[in-house]
Amino acid sequence: MTPAAFVTGCDAQIPDRVVGFLHHLRKSGFMVGTEDCARIAEHLSRRPLPPVSRMCHELKVLLTGNREEWRRFDKLFEAYWLPAGHVRTRAARTSSPHVRNPLRQDNVWQDHLSNRRDGLGGDAPRVEAEGAGPDASGEAAGRLVATLRSVNRKTDLKHVVDPDEIREAEAVALRLAKAMRYRLSRRHRTSARRLRIDLRRTIRHALARGGEPIELLRRERQDRPVHIVVFLDVSGSMEHYSRFLLQFVKGLACSWLHSEAFIFHTRLIRVTDALRDRNPARAMTRLALMAEGFGGGTRIGESLATFNRHYARRIANSRTVAIILSDGYDTGTPEMLATELEGLKKHIRRLVWLNPLLGWQSYAPVTAAIQSARPHIDHFAPANTLESLAAIEPELARI
Amino acid sequence: MTAGADIERKLASVGYVADKGLATALRLALSLQRPLLLEGDAGVGKTETAKALAGALDTRLIRLQCYEGLDATSTIYEWNYQKQLLAIRAREHGEVSADVLERRIFSEEYLLRRPLLEAISLDRSPVLLIDEIDRADEEFEAYLLEVLSDFQVTIPELGTVSSKARPHVILTSNGTRELSDALRRRCLYSYVEFPDHARELAILKARVPNLEESLAGPIVDFVQQLRREDLEKKPGIAETLDWAAAICGLGIRDIRDDPEKIAATMICLLKTEPDLKAVTKETVARLAGQPA
Repeated sequence: MTPAAFVTGCDAQIPDRVVGFLHHLRKSGFMVGTEDCARIAEHLSRRPLPPVSRMCHELKVLLTGNREEWRRFDKLFEAYWLPAGHVRTRAARTSSPHVRNPLRQDNVWQDHLSNRRDGLGGDAPRVEAEGAGPDASGEAAGRLVATLRSVNRKTDLKHVVDPDEIREAEAVALRLAKAMRYRLSRRHRTSARRLRIDLRRTIRHALARGGEPIELLRRERQDRPVHIVVFLDVSGSMEHYSRFLLQFVKGLACSWLHSEAFIFHTRLIRVTDALRDRNPARAMTRLALMAEGFGGGTRIGESLATFNRHYARRIANSRTVAIILSDGYDTGTPEMLATELEGLKKHIRRLVWLNPLLGWQSYAPVTAAIQSARPHIDHFAPANTLESLAAIEPELARI
Repeated sequence: MTAGADIERKLASVGYVADKGLATALRLALSLQRPLLLEGDAGVGKTETAKALAGALDTRLIRLQCYEGLDATSTIYEWNYQKQLLAIRAREHGEVSADVLERRIFSEEYLLRRPLLEAISLDRSPVLLIDEIDRADEEFEAYLLEVLSDFQVTIPELGTVSSKARPHVILTSNGTRELSDALRRRCLYSYVEFPDHARELAILKARVPNLEESLAGPIVDFVQQLRREDLEKKPGIAETLDWAAAICGLGIRDIRDDPEKIAATMICLLKTEPDLKAVTKETVARLAGQPA
C-alpha cells in the first residue's frame, strides 16, 4: 500500500482528516488535546509517509496514554483511516500484528458505539452521574452527620421500596462514602504527630544567629489516607442490598485516590474504571457487560483466589484496608474461603467484613462460611442501614 | 533530527534486541525530544531498554528509582548541611562578613546534586531513567511535570538552572496505580509485552553466547509455554537468561532428557512458593516435550 492511498491521495485534506481522527478518538474516550492535533498534523506532513502499519504504530505512541487506549488504538485507527473493502484484501496478505480485520472487531467496542445512540437502557445496576442531583463535590462539605440526618437512616435498606426513596437512599450512600473521605483527611492531619527536623530550614534560620541552630524547625509527616479495596457481593441473596451498596462502593471508588472496587458472584470482576467513568451511559454499559450473572450463586473463596492471584500484588500493600460486603452465603467450601482470606490478609493491613444480615435481630452468623472466616476478620459489622455504613469510618481511620 | 534515525541498528550494536514497536517509540521519543513512558509487567525489560539506549547513544545513564515518600530533596538537590555548619564554625572568629559567608555556603560547592538536577546540568544529553514512577506519590508526580516540560529547576539561593542539553527521559511503570492524565499526556506511551519467540531467541543468543544452538530453541519454547501456565509471577527475560546459564553450567544437553534435573532448576524461573509447587515434575516434562 502506498502512502498516497493512505490519505486518499490528497495532501490538502490531511489536517481535516487528522482533526476528524482526533474527534473520533475523543468520542471513544481518549484524552486528546488540541496540541496533539497540531503535533500530529506536523508529524504527517514532515516527510514522505511511512507504510500504514508503521504510521499506525507511530500515532499510537503519540496519542495513547494507558494500556486500555493502547489496546484499542489499532481498531480505531483502522475504522477511521482504512476503507473496509481495502482492509479485507490487505489483511490476507499482511503479516503485521498491528493491522487486523475490522470485521472481527469484538463486541465490547461495538456496544460502546451503539449504546451511545440508544441512550439509557438495559437492566444494568443503576449508576448515577457524578454531580447529578445536588452538587456532589460541593456537598463534600456536607459532612457525615448532615448527610445522615436527611433520610430515615435507621431503616433497613431491604424495606426501602418506593422508587423515590430508593433513589434518595442511593444518593445518600454515594454521598456518605465521599463525606467519609473528607472526615478522614482532616482527622489525619491533626492527630499524626511524628515530627522530623527540617535541616534545610533550620540552617537558614541559624544563619541569623551566627550559625547557632537554636531553634530546631520540624517537619510534619504527610497525611496519607489508607488505600481501600472493596469487594461487593452481587449474588442473588444480596439483591435487596446490592444496589445501595453499589452506590456506596462507587462513592468510595470516586473519592478515594487509592481505591479499587470489585464485584463478585461466581466470578470476580474489577469495576473500578467502570464506576469512575464520567459518562454515565457508558459506565452503565460497562457494568452491565461485567455483571452478567448478577444475582446468581456465590463463590467467595474462588473470587478472592482470583484477587490474590491476579490483583493483590499490584493493588494491595501494607496500608490497604479490604472491605468485603457480603452476607456470607457461600456455595464454595468453607476451607477454601478460609485459605483465601488468609492469603488476602498477607497482602493487606486490615480486613473489614460488612454483613447486611448482621443487622437483623434474629440472625446469628453461624453458617460454615462465616465461622471459618471469622478468625481472619478484623472488624465484623452490620451493613443493612445507612447508619451502619457510616459507622465503619473509624475503622478506616485507624491504621 | 538524526539521533533517532538508526536507533535500531545502534541498539543492536550494544547487544539489545528491540522489537519493532519499541524501536519506533524510541525513535519518536528521540526525534520529538519527549519523555517516553513504558508500561508492562515486571520482567519484560523496561529498565533494560533505558540502559541499552544509554549504551547505544554512548551517553550517561542517570537513574532515579522511585519509592513511596520520595520528595524533592532526594530527587533534585540538597544543601550539604554538615559542610555548611563546618564552614560557619570555622569562620566564627574570622573577619568574614555574614554576607560573604552566606554567599559562600550557598554556592555550588555546597550543593548536592540529586538525579534530576544532575540530568539537566550535563553538557551532553544523558538518558534519564525514572524507574517505577507508579511507586512515587502524586505530589512528586506533579513536581515531575514541571521538570519534564521545562527542563529547568529553580534553586532559591542560586537561581534557575536550565538544561544545557535535554536529557532523553524514559519513565517506567508497573501499573501499581494509575498515573495522572497530566503526566501521561506529556509522555509518549508504549506498552511492552513479553517478547515473542523469535525475539526472545535473539536475546538469548546475544546474551548467552556460549549456549549451544540446539539448546536455545527448546529453552525459549519452554519459557514461552511456561508463561501461558496459570502462575502468580510469570518469568521475565532475566529469568530466561538465568535459566539458560544454569542449564549451560549444569552441562545439560537436552532439556527433555532429565525432567528431574530440569525441575530442580525451576528455581531460576519461578520466584514464589505456590508457583514452584504448581509446576511439578510432570508439568516440566510436558512443557519440555512439546514445541511451542
